[in-house]
Amino acid sequence: MAEMDTSSGGGHKKGPGVKKPKKLSTRVDLTPMVDLGFLLITFFVFTTTMSKPTAMNMNEPKDDPDQQLKVKNSGAMTILLGKDNQVYYYMGVLTADGASEQFKSSSLKEIRQVILDKKKATPMGDLMYIIKADTQSKFGNAIDILDEMQINTIPPGHYAEVDINEVEQMLIQKTEEANGIK
Amino acid sequence: MGRAKIPRKSTNIDMTAMCDVAFLLLSFFILATKQKPPEAVTVAAPTSVSSKAAPEKSILITLTKEGKVFLMLGEDTKKKEIIEDINTTRALGLTPGELSKLNKMSFIGMPLGKLKALVNLAEALPPDRLEGIPIRDSANNELVYWLRSVTNAYAGTDQTKLQEILLVKGDAEALYPDFKSIKAAFKKNELFKFKIVTNSESAPVGSELYNVNKLGTKATEVK
Repeated sequence: MAEMDTSSGGGHKKGPGVKKPKKLSTRVDLTPMVDLGFLLITFFVFTTTMSKPTAMNMNEPKDDPDQQLKVKNSGAMTILLGKDNQVYYYMGVLTADGASEQFKSSSLKEIRQVILDKKKATPMGDLMYIIKADTQSKFGNAIDILDEMQINTIPPGHYAEVDINEVEQMLIQKTEEANGIK
Repeated sequence: MGRAKIPRKSTNIDMTAMCDVAFLLLSFFILATKQKPPEAVTVAAPTSVSSKAAPEKSILITLTKEGKVFLMLGEDTKKKEIIEDINTTRALGLTPGELSKLNKMSFIGMPLGKLKALVNLAEALPPDRLEGIPIRDSANNELVYWLRSVTNAYAGTDQTKLQEILLVKGDAEALYPDFKSIKAAFKKNELFKFKIVTNSESAPVGSELYNVNKLGTKATEVK
């Protein structure tokens, strides 16, 4: 008679030995589902905006020998693209004896400063960048240099793509050999 | 004095509403984003700071890493006219049935001489088994003929609109001379303006363009 029921925490008893069926909650924890939902949203948002291609305009000049653009020697800078992402440049016109001094190696990163320095040192009317890509260079490098013109806000008409000549090809080859670029 | 009883509240919040919102947004984004048309040839385009979006409908010339050239005449361009034009101008001798088969192909990437045989295959070959449009030989740059047919098909229409949809998409690793051949093909057809597909990147911090953009003035657009 002195026994006390210690088994259950609350509620009324139906009687000794009668177990009350446990009422299970119908609530489900939705936190993981919310997590998943937002994860997918972020995924979709990122992947869709990333793959948006842009277009860059290209203007080609007419091949007209009568309308060759005359460039002032002092305002011209020639950027040459070699293989293995190499960039070379020289100012003005290559002279026969001073070519090796004029011809300088650079890289896609360093060329920006060179372009900028030239832009600052030259009156706008004389400024001209001549871009020449070697047969071994990559299409991506040529676009990078054109992009560099945009980055440095060189107005259109002050840079052009020109075919490389043999002297320059030879100089690139020599420099590449000296620098051990295969 | 008995202490005031602070009712113990559960820390569980009802997540149902939040879950609803999450999935609503998810379904919205999935449905709202335009499915990118399946690209027959995948190339890693170079990056540029240019911010103009590439046009949706286009005549796309793709240059792969290996130097293969594929031409995609979009469905909503004058595809049929272009194909019919090249059939007559190059005397390919394709039957109307073959022409409609060619019209259904999503891209063209074979020499003109092999066009007839490849069109009649039961299953279209994947791009890695095709040799591309030959461009390397400057005397027989077949892209010239294709672009000539394009200009013929668009003759009499607004040429600036044609310039808007001419796209070149090259792999950054493709060799420059191949790109030069493509440029030569454009030039031979008196097409002096086209667009290059790039992936966008933001202007480097501290550069001139960055400063121009920050000042809110219109950047000098490269034309």
